[in-house]
Amino acid sequence: MSQPTIGGSSTPSTTPLPRASDISGSAIRPGDRVFRGISIAAGATVLAVMAAIAAFLVYKASPALRADTVNFLTFKQWFPDETPSQFGIAAMLFHTLVTGLLAMLIAVPVALGIALFINYYAPRRLSGGLGYLVDLLAAVPSVIYGLWGYFFLAPQMTGLVRWLDNYFGWTVIFNYRPENRPNNLSDFTAGVVLAIMILPIISAISREVFRQVPRDQVEAALALGATRWEMIRTAVLPFGRGGVVSASILGLGRALGETLAVTIVLSSAYGISAHITENGGVTFASNIALKYGEAGTIGTGALIAAGLCLFIITLAVNFSAQLIIRRQKGA
Amino acid sequence: MTQTITVGSPDDVSASTLSGRKLPGYTVPALAVAAAAVTALLFAVTGLQGRADFVVVAVLLLVAGLTALSFAVEGRRQAKDRLFTTLVMAAFVLAVTPLLLIIGFAVKRGAGSITGKFLTVSMFRVDTDEPGGGIYHAIVGTLEQSLLATLIAAPLGILAAVYLVEYGGGRPFARLVSFFVDVMTGVPSIVAGLFVYTAWILVLGFGKSGFAGSLALLILMLPVVIRSTEEMLKLVPNELREASYALGVPKWRTILRIVLPTALGGIVTGVMLGVARIMGETAPLLLLVGINEKIQYSPFAFGKNPHPQESLPTYVYEQFRDAVGNPDSPAAHRAWGAALTLIIIIGLLNALARLIARFARVRT
Repeated sequence: MSQPTIGGSSTPSTTPLPRASDISGSAIRPGDRVFRGISIAAGATVLAVMAAIAAFLVYKASPALRADTVNFLTFKQWFPDETPSQFGIAAMLFHTLVTGLLAMLIAVPVALGIALFINYYAPRRLSGGLGYLVDLLAAVPSVIYGLWGYFFLAPQMTGLVRWLDNYFGWTVIFNYRPENRPNNLSDFTAGVVLAIMILPIISAISREVFRQVPRDQVEAALALGATRWEMIRTAVLPFGRGGVVSASILGLGRALGETLAVTIVLSSAYGISAHITENGGVTFASNIALKYGEAGTIGTGALIAAGLCLFIITLAVNFSAQLIIRRQKGA
Repeated sequence: MTQTITVGSPDDVSASTLSGRKLPGYTVPALAVAAAAVTALLFAVTGLQGRADFVVVAVLLLVAGLTALSFAVEGRRQAKDRLFTTLVMAAFVLAVTPLLLIIGFAVKRGAGSITGKFLTVSMFRVDTDEPGGGIYHAIVGTLEQSLLATLIAAPLGILAAVYLVEYGGGRPFARLVSFFVDVMTGVPSIVAGLFVYTAWILVLGFGKSGFAGSLALLILMLPVVIRSTEEMLKLVPNELREASYALGVPKWRTILRIVLPTALGGIVTGVMLGVARIMGETAPLLLLVGINEKIQYSPFAFGKNPHPQESLPTYVYEQFRDAVGNPDSPAAHRAWGAALTLIIIIGLLNALARLIARFARVRT
């Protein structure tokens, strides 16, 4: 923006042969200014929307938070519309984190395998099509994952859960006291469904990162007699570590905010239990989806407060992922 | 090995002495058959059952057997390589299986429900416990809401991408915008829905409507459009821009007449993938649009009165709630019919987008 502004210099009719100063002076025309302004405004919309989300959620959540008579962070139950108003996010925070982390634990190794397979194992001609196949998983709507999880997966999980209880029940985590229900609507099942849902994003980013591994390092490793796995361990994985970490965090962010699949699969219960294979639980998102219909004034404010917590958590998660990506790019 | 090399002519150096011993090509299929046989025996003896269990046990046996055999014949390094090769392949199969299961399950449950009548009638005056009814009203709503969101998000997103690529040039503000585009991609759909709910319905006082839903959808779609358009604009060769400037064309006309048309195919693909992503969104629509069993063509609400409109995802969810505990009820069949329709629409959009991407690449 160091050029002189258009001012009075754009008068080509008076001088048939414009001097150099005139030409540089007319480099920015009114149309340019307008178009530039419009596109800057469009770019600024992104910032405005993010700021507005935070501002409106805080604005509408604060009255409800003031009306809350118990500790918002440590109270487990959700009775905002009763007198006295009592609600807290402890149970939601717990189940949101458990399902999200579980999904990440299951999805990351598999996604890594997919990315490695497509880049280094699959025949070159097939790899594009195989990538498309995995991307298709991302195109299936959340509500359909929920339906599938409820009608297909949950009944199938019972056997696995009993097996885990048999052999790993001593870890407390997998301890399972059957309640004579045919379906397993637990954090565990929800985590598996979420894992399937976040597979495509983690594998897509990892694939992109692995594709950027310098070709000569790969060739050098192979030329030194490394087997394919040794080549991956010495050339590919060290290069892609940052990218894979941030891909996993982005996947976690998706899992934390996923609504309908969790709402359908998880049978709602406001408790905290270390037994992740037992039915019951509630996440920020599922709580909002379940309670918005019956919420009164304070209830709505309370749900908005829960949404604000979810927004802050996913924002923090995505922030860290982006910072890792950008540092990697800069290096 | 050294003797062989010092002694002989090249003919004497046979392949077998230079390279380590290798397992023959038929090892893997032979081992697979053996693993299946052992598993069958195991299942007969110990009373284990289940198809999935059988596959898992057989595959584990195969991996263990192959690794052990390779360790004995080919050595430690080759055995490790084989182990990880099988693991990587198993991961891929593991990922594709749920995709096939979900689509297969949806087709099995839903294909029977999709009839001409199902696609052309609404749920007006249909008892949820009775068979009948259709999804016409939901298709209308989904198409209108997605279209409205696209009409706003596409131009806005393309302009923002133009700013980032053509004007931003690494300035701090552009970097900030670019960063927040990526962060915005991660905003959960329910949070976008809650935001529009507070701003549009609670503060501004409008009623629920299809348009309110589109507002939330456009927040979800915007970063997708910006990111993909940005990638496409970066592919446009600088020579084209410079040639245009050299002819005295102003920058804004260069962008509108040269840069954007060159990247048009890729931009359209990005927009369509964005549409495919928002079409299946459910949570914000539950909050903002409500449900309506009748056909509602207008997505706009005038004033405070709620003006609900059905959409395919909310329809699926509503029917599911009526079908809980009874997978064979008419509501469950309707839910799967609508779900399959939604999958087909989104699948078609995706396929079309890829097709456009293939035939309208950036001409470099």
